[in-house]
Amino acid sequence: MSGSPGYNAMELMICVASRALEDGSTVVVGTGAPCAAAMLAQRVSAPNLMIMFEAGGVGPLLPSMPISVGDSRTFYRGVAASTMPEIMAMCQRGMVDYCFLGGAQVDAYGNLNSTVIGSHERPKVRLPGSGGANDLASLCWRTMMLTPQDRRRFVERVDFVTTPGYLTGPGAREAAGLPPATGPYKVITDLCVIGFDEATCRMRVESLHPGVSREDVETNTGFALLWPVEVGSTDPPTDEELAILRREVDPLRYVIGRI
Amino acid sequence: MPLPELFVPPDVDAQRAFLRAKQRRMEPKVIPVAEAVRRLVHPGDYLGVGGFGTNRIPTAVLHEILRQGIKGLGLAGHTATHDFQILAAGAAIDRVDVAYVVGLEARGLSRSARRLFEQGKLRVTEWTNAALAWRYQAAAMGVPFLPARIMLGTDTMAYSAAKEIECPYTGIKLLALPALTPDLAIIHVHRADVFGNCQIDGISVSDGDLARAAKHVLITCERLVPGEEIRRDPTRTIIPYFLVDAVCEVPFGSYPGNMPYEYFSDEDHLRAWLRAEEDPEELEAFLQRYVLGTTCFAEYLQLCGGLERLRQLRQQELMIDQAIAAGRPIGDEQGGGAQ
Repeated sequence: MSGSPGYNAMELMICVASRALEDGSTVVVGTGAPCAAAMLAQRVSAPNLMIMFEAGGVGPLLPSMPISVGDSRTFYRGVAASTMPEIMAMCQRGMVDYCFLGGAQVDAYGNLNSTVIGSHERPKVRLPGSGGANDLASLCWRTMMLTPQDRRRFVERVDFVTTPGYLTGPGAREAAGLPPATGPYKVITDLCVIGFDEATCRMRVESLHPGVSREDVETNTGFALLWPVEVGSTDPPTDEELAILRREVDPLRYVIGRI
Repeated sequence: MPLPELFVPPDVDAQRAFLRAKQRRMEPKVIPVAEAVRRLVHPGDYLGVGGFGTNRIPTAVLHEILRQGIKGLGLAGHTATHDFQILAAGAAIDRVDVAYVVGLEARGLSRSARRLFEQGKLRVTEWTNAALAWRYQAAAMGVPFLPARIMLGTDTMAYSAAKEIECPYTGIKLLALPALTPDLAIIHVHRADVFGNCQIDGISVSDGDLARAAKHVLITCERLVPGEEIRRDPTRTIIPYFLVDAVCEVPFGSYPGNMPYEYFSDEDHLRAWLRAEEDPEELEAFLQRYVLGTTCFAEYLQLCGGLERLRQLRQQELMIDQAIAAGRPIGDEQGGGAQ
């Protein structure tokens, strides 16, 4: 590529994710990039975004990036230091708009695997399991995913459905008993922004990041993506977003890494 | 696929009978960690560990379980990260209800914990964090299950021991999460009196429910305080004495984990654990050096840098290190220590 764009893929992903969070909404985040996106949103576009952590932290004034979703930063000068049942119940009664998830594998319906690669009985790789991911994706209104995109990760069939996306397609979540009108909302990768087609519940590309082609995306996806007639292009990070991200959100570049 | 096992089936009447007979007098319960473990941890027991993986964990008790060579334990893997790592390294467990294990969040995956799963050495049932939290809550309430709207439609449900039910009022599908009554809850708190009245600062995660769900409760505390201090501010009492079987005073007891308002996690030491696990022999030597070859937790703290390291971690927790760094002249590497 001629000339560096002046930001890296992680910075772009975090900026794009932050714009998806509306002011006045509530979000449960984990550590790392999702937390950075929520912190950036609070400082740029959504000052009244309410950040929560599944271990009990509510509305902290995050002084720095937490290392654990239960460490002391997650309730630093918060409005409440509560409990896990309290946060999960808040999700279950419909007060949490967004959650942010990732996983080792994701399929076209947004189902996530973070349990095993290979068989459950004798896994090739044992991964941590659901943690709170299944809970959040079952109960929050909109599930956002922030993940690098490649063929190992974006697969036709996940080895284990840890966390529900749209399961097998239209109506499947409701049929399984999950709360209506919930499900995956956006997938933000290092290549593009993906939404979900209403008719099929499959992933549909919304916009390509600067310098990324349709072919790049398809080469890095293990299933057929849907495409709109005209695919948009992702707005690059603004100078303001980058400045705040680098200066205030992640000054030690724990998450955004090096340019 | 083998049928998922319900390691601890609910039995509310057995629970009532047990708790009816449980000693509830307000009397001193302070004993050393080694004695508490001898008395309260038996081979085959099912454990629930308080805190959140690397935050407010009862490290001293977990080490002592390894030192005493207690095996065949079951575990509720309710965000069990460093706690799971310790028990896995000592091969102390043979079954686990998984919500989150093996990983140490952003720090990476534990090789030795992975090996246990990948070599088929554990009986495993899958759950989620909310599922285990609500299973404790059901037990704390004395009911056989709580309904919830999670896990439905997923492999997590298929590999769990939860059952689907229909709501008698609305007709909707629900998951019935069975009450979980561990044989023993092990919880580290900020302060307790000699009777076991416990206060926790900051998030209490699931520990209020865990203490009520378990048959026995072993408390470690940063500091023992006079009973008057508890009575001065009873709003903060998360665990009252009648739930508690033993109290051990273990200053810096959550090390190398974070203890809110007291000290931050020792990321260097946690990295050293993960590195040692890459090779089974190295892990053996590491365990020998830090756990099996030590006589008590204070000796472990000493090996890890002692008071000087703990002072640094306290500065990190209180973010005093940043204030010092901000005020330090550039190039002055020596300045800004303890004043």
